[in-house]
Amino acid sequence: MAMNPEPDVPAPHDENRRNFLKQSSLLTALALVPAPVVSAAEAKLDERVAESIEKVPLSLKVNGKKYKLSVEPRTTLLDLLRENLNLTGTKKGCDYGQCGACTVHVDGQRVNSCLSFAVMHDGQEITTIEGLADGDKLHPMQEAFVKHDGFQCGYCTPGQIMSAVACVREGHAGSEAEIREYMSGNICRCGAYTNIVAAIQDVKSGGQKV
Amino acid sequence: MNQFQYVRPTKPQAAIDAVAKDANARFIAGGTNLVDLMKRGVMTPQKLVDINRLDFRKIEREGNTLRIGALALNSTVANDRQVRERHPLLALALNAGASPQLRNMATVGGNMLQRTRCAYFYDITMPCNKRQPGSGCGALEGINRMHAIFGFSDKCIAVHPSDMSVALVALDATVQVSGPKGNRSIPFADFHRLPGDTPEKDTNLEPGELITAVDLPDSPFTKHVHYQKVRERASYAFALLSVAAALDIDNGTIRAARLAMGGVAHKPWRLTAAEQALVGKPATEATFQQAAAVAMQGAKAFKYNEYKLRLGPNAIVQALKTAAAV
Repeated sequence: MAMNPEPDVPAPHDENRRNFLKQSSLLTALALVPAPVVSAAEAKLDERVAESIEKVPLSLKVNGKKYKLSVEPRTTLLDLLRENLNLTGTKKGCDYGQCGACTVHVDGQRVNSCLSFAVMHDGQEITTIEGLADGDKLHPMQEAFVKHDGFQCGYCTPGQIMSAVACVREGHAGSEAEIREYMSGNICRCGAYTNIVAAIQDVKSGGQKV
Repeated sequence: MNQFQYVRPTKPQAAIDAVAKDANARFIAGGTNLVDLMKRGVMTPQKLVDINRLDFRKIEREGNTLRIGALALNSTVANDRQVRERHPLLALALNAGASPQLRNMATVGGNMLQRTRCAYFYDITMPCNKRQPGSGCGALEGINRMHAIFGFSDKCIAVHPSDMSVALVALDATVQVSGPKGNRSIPFADFHRLPGDTPEKDTNLEPGELITAVDLPDSPFTKHVHYQKVRERASYAFALLSVAAALDIDNGTIRAARLAMGGVAHKPWRLTAAEQALVGKPATEATFQQAAAVAMQGAKAFKYNEYKLRLGPNAIVQALKTAAAV
């Protein structure tokens, strides 16, 4: 799906998905939708009514850009970022809040975007890994991860970096032990922890603005 | 995940009405447990009532009580100056729970209402009386190494997973609740239930009742406190077993004590008999050993959790020693 970079413009519908859904069997569709929507369909109300039950308006700011969207309530913030806004830097690891790969900042605080419905963030400001760099100039934490080899496969890295930035900002990077405790919500299956801690210590001691 | 209707009331009464009138409606605050359960099909609410716009976030002192709003985040409470100064045990327990990200999402009320992490409750292909009353208990004869040693029934041997609640029951907290029939207060020790024949009920909340705040009375437990959590990795794991310990020590003698365990029962497990065994005694390891023996009376293990019968008293002694700094 194309993202819409212009401020205050609705994201376009995904026409292919809509068409596919329209063509799929009515019975299957009925079996999958909740009672209020079935009632709307049974009463021969048109699709717009059903859709108004399904979708909720949502305004939010992501990496400084404003979006006005209409989303299904069950869309997680993670899925909204990846599937609707095409910001695929944020990773889906476990999808159950156990690994931290989906870590983003909401109004400046780090959270697991997989465990949060997007509609619950109406009016809030989201920062993802794509929003950290200043144009082509990497954020100091990104540079430190490169310098210290703070990753192997890289899949957990966006979440690690978002969490690491928050860890320093919160004042929880005072010692190796404190960093390890306050980075415990981000699992790295390659085991790059030693280098991740070194990268965070480097940024902390370097005194750069994070 | 099943579809659901989403509403976001701005007044408490509207939120209460929305849930009281619809058996398939649920409140949602941080969502860290409910979203997880919905993804797995364990809970399938048809309507979610988002209470985040309600004004229950403040932490403020009223008389001799610290009132913590139900929507205050776990991280906010753990970092709050008044909490750290007056109720450091609560801050320790909060910081022992979950991860920094989850503590930035989870609320005080939601933490209390989180469901058990029993694997049989989470796996919808397994029997579980808590998830599906009458289907049986998979853990009773199954892999029960995480399970209860106190207060269980033949219907359910799950444990309550909250760390925060272990500190709150030790500190004599009171839960403030608002519901269709008005407001009421529930002593924290009476908030969660034992499973009995109705393990599907975790708490004594009535349908539509909303937690608005948790009150903590002033206490002498501002210095000698410790939260000892035993888990299978250094951080970010649920407790195999935990102990909240608070002592008021005067010249080497214990003037008052509070003691509670987590990971051992269907509710945070207050150890009042062991507390009484501590009062008036010298703050020594021998005293702590005696209290730990009292605490463990009546404990009963299943096939895979027998280790808790030894881990329990050891963790109690360790918690009390750390709290007393002896």
